[in-house]
Amino acid sequence: MEKITLASQLFQYLITGLTVGSIYAMVAIGFNIIYNVTEIINLAQGEFVVLGGLIMVFFHVAVGLPILIAFPATVIMVTLVGILLDRLAIRPIRQPSVLTLIIATIGASIVIRGIAMIIWGKDPFDLPAFSGRTPINLLGAVIQPQYVWVGGFLLVIVVLLTLFFEKTIIGKAMSACADNPDAASLVGINVKQMISLSFCLSAAIGAVAGIILTPIALMDYNRGAMLAVKGFGAVVLGGLGSFPGAILGGLVLGTIESFGAGLIHSGYKDAFALIALLAVLFIKPSGLLGSVEVTKIKKF
Amino acid sequence: MSKKFAIMAMVCLFCCGVLVAPALADSYKVGAVFSVTGRASFLGDPEKKTAELIADEINQKGGINGKKLELIIYDDEGDATKTNLAVKKLMTQDKVCVVIGPSLSGNSLAVVPLAEQYKIPLISCAASYKIVTDDAGKQRSWVFKVPQSDSMAVEAIFDHMKKKGIKKIAIISATDGFGKSGQSELVRLAPQYGLEIVADESYGPQDTDMTAQLTKIKGLTPQAIVNWSIGPPQVTVLRNYRDLGMTGIVFYQSHGFGSRKNIELAAGAAEGVYTPLGAVVTPEALPETHPQKKVTMEYTNQYTGKYREPVSTFGGHAWDALGLAVDALNAVGCDRAKIRDYLENKKGFVGQHGVFNFSPNDHNGLVWQDAFNMIVVKGGDWAMAD
Amino acid sequence: MLQIRKLPLIVFALLIVVFPWIARGVPAIANYPDLMVFAGIYCLITIGLSLLMGYAGQISLGQAAFFGIGAYVSAILTAKYGMNPWICMAIGMVAASIVAVLVGVPSLKLRGHYLAMATLAFGIIVFIIFNEEGEWTGGPDGLIGIPGLNLFGFQFNSVEKYYYLVWFFVFAVFLFTINIIQSRDGRALRAIHVSEAASSATGVNVSRYKIVVFVYSAILASLAGSLYAHYLNFINPSTFDLFFSIKLLIMIALGGMHDIWGAIIGAFLITFLSFEWLHFFEEFEIIVYGLILLVVTIFLPQGLAGIPHMIKNWLRR
Repeated sequence: MEKITLASQLFQYLITGLTVGSIYAMVAIGFNIIYNVTEIINLAQGEFVVLGGLIMVFFHVAVGLPILIAFPATVIMVTLVGILLDRLAIRPIRQPSVLTLIIATIGASIVIRGIAMIIWGKDPFDLPAFSGRTPINLLGAVIQPQYVWVGGFLLVIVVLLTLFFEKTIIGKAMSACADNPDAASLVGINVKQMISLSFCLSAAIGAVAGIILTPIALMDYNRGAMLAVKGFGAVVLGGLGSFPGAILGGLVLGTIESFGAGLIHSGYKDAFALIALLAVLFIKPSGLLGSVEVTKIKKF
Repeated sequence: MSKKFAIMAMVCLFCCGVLVAPALADSYKVGAVFSVTGRASFLGDPEKKTAELIADEINQKGGINGKKLELIIYDDEGDATKTNLAVKKLMTQDKVCVVIGPSLSGNSLAVVPLAEQYKIPLISCAASYKIVTDDAGKQRSWVFKVPQSDSMAVEAIFDHMKKKGIKKIAIISATDGFGKSGQSELVRLAPQYGLEIVADESYGPQDTDMTAQLTKIKGLTPQAIVNWSIGPPQVTVLRNYRDLGMTGIVFYQSHGFGSRKNIELAAGAAEGVYTPLGAVVTPEALPETHPQKKVTMEYTNQYTGKYREPVSTFGGHAWDALGLAVDALNAVGCDRAKIRDYLENKKGFVGQHGVFNFSPNDHNGLVWQDAFNMIVVKGGDWAMAD
Repeated sequence: MLQIRKLPLIVFALLIVVFPWIARGVPAIANYPDLMVFAGIYCLITIGLSLLMGYAGQISLGQAAFFGIGAYVSAILTAKYGMNPWICMAIGMVAASIVAVLVGVPSLKLRGHYLAMATLAFGIIVFIIFNEEGEWTGGPDGLIGIPGLNLFGFQFNSVEKYYYLVWFFVFAVFLFTINIIQSRDGRALRAIHVSEAASSATGVNVSRYKIVVFVYSAILASLAGSLYAHYLNFINPSTFDLFFSIKLLIMIALGGMHDIWGAIIGAFLITFLSFEWLHFFEEFEIIVYGLILLVVTIFLPQGLAGIPHMIKNWLRR
């Protein structure tokens, strides 16, 4: 076997880091969409990813629907869960404080996890990769076709969201809710609908993340919490409420983990990423791209 | 006031009634603590199913010495505090004859002092040698374990490597108890087999990608990789290894790989992988003359018949633990000290993971040559390796 | 909430004292004193956390780390070096407070979710250290051989003896904390919660107060950790993971974070729910647990400690 050069090793770490980071970024974007409208950190975000993967397994593997039908069907199902989450867990809370909202989303995530365990059992599931598993060789590094799909979907999500928030009336209305909900309702925006919509969007993005992650790393009912923590880390690193921040945060976290594991000590790779996160926060308390005002709004 | 008193009295009576009712005199109580849900549910779930399967079968056949086998199972959810509480409850409140489990090494270590304190035999379903051996190297008097120690799996692997002429290896393991314990045994025993460890990498039990670690290993060109983990990451690591095209490097999995589901999930990536497995998961591959052929075939048929899923290594541990407990109850009844003495001197118990021969110096009763067969994945199924 | 009335406290203390006798007589609850030991240990942590969250308005998702620091300092020094457990307990508290200052000074400048993430990150890093430094901590399988506690030859070697020891600590800490709340410092803390800017303008040294409370909560968590280690005679890292920090947060939220009684009620409730009562539901246990969280947050936003207040308001209407 030929020896792998240092340059291709580094390139491989970068590719791996960016792929893992893209998943974190998608979770982070989901966090941000809800946060921007409601200032809620939805800790059930990881559960959307899990449901995306598991429901796709059901439609595509168990029922045997072709991928082009199973994909949207899965996204719609998870979106419905998102709406239910808003209706059943968030909206009924009469005196929302940051703590009660956090506990509500934790409670919801536990319920979803429990139901997923009853339905799918405790074993992991696999999905076939979208375009086979024959790796592509590039500059001595290997790239799974699925990695390309991950990057591609991240790009598509970013483009669509940008168009949505900047070009459509509903998107602009959502941004308005984010800036000032009272003023938004004064000009006739239905804030409740906007909140529902934010849950829909972020559930849909979570579902997409789950669908494309499962062929790489399998999926089981118990994955949500870890994904939520990583996504939350990415959001905070990038700056709460900032979409470019979420993407940057996710990619940076993934890359640090990958380089940390490859070059320094794999047991401590998560710690490296978190130390970097703390260092950023201590220097710039609102994250890499966050605005100072946002950090001042809420306390516990 | 009198009304309140009446209600209180009724509540008390109800409580007493509930508690007295199931405590039938003509039953043997066996306690079990498994990680049925939570982070180690892939251990506890098949263990619970297996234990219930055996208990049902025994009771249908008329019980042990004409007495019913009453199995009390608690779920520790992988948590040490819960395990401690559950075992204490089994020992002091349910007053069981013998306890089987817990599923995890850490949790077993957490309750070892309780077995010694309350003088109730405990048959652990976890692997660490520390469960039965104290710091001075002596066997703990009330504790036994049925799974093979990690060192046995390591010796089986290293022995196979020696035969294949492998000298330079890389280790990759999970940072959980299973992975860490295997990793330390690999490092400890490698010099005895003349093996050089060129890389010693790890990953989190929930990680989604191990390409970075494997890339590093690829750069160091070992002849073989040993992976030590359980659950989904052992499949992911195998896929990443295939993706990286590390064809010249032989891949060994730990005995944690022992479920057909893993071959399925690896989607072809498992082909040619070596793994040391107990007889329980490969009954079809055993020769007719093998001493465990009969018990393993029976268990496989019963388990897959009832639960519609393949047997795993871990269910086999519960079979061995409960089987030994039942054997002891059959011989000496519910006398804890006699059960302990009986188990300590039990010879030739044919179980799912080997033929157990206990002694005062060995509360595990297995040797690696018996307990493991080197298996290779061939055509999507297990096959005996040469 | 300013005045802590004496009567409920005395009744509660009496109940705690006689409870083991009652439990001895009723087989159905014979194991409850054992559960109460853990409830007491968790109370020590939640009292500190309640002061930090409910009174000073700062969140911490890293309390499990301080709990772990206390437990590991006690465990390592007693099991590996044979030191006196009480001295180790003190060393653990000193270690936890040093770490709390180092982490707290930069972190407590952060607000809201940023503070939550920073403390969460700190907790995970400490967990990784417990897990990775196997030579010291025994790694993920844990550390065995931690001795029990004794005082002048008196062994705390049974559930009941340990029960009284733990609850002695809980009452001492509870009374001390009430004194803080009712003092000038307590008023300053509540002022910080209401508005940092205003309290700072009236001469309250906001950042000093926040750090002092953070350190106090860390010391209590560390004490709880030492008591836990000596009771179980065993510790492993997964006891101190991020999910335990979240569990503590849930205790505070269910009990009610604006009332120190809430800390105690929450610790009790979660201990008994997760260690005993929910077992009845078997596989459905976690669904029921999640539903309880949802129901309480929806119908009792002030937590269970807010119920008397709600009833009072309802009667007045």
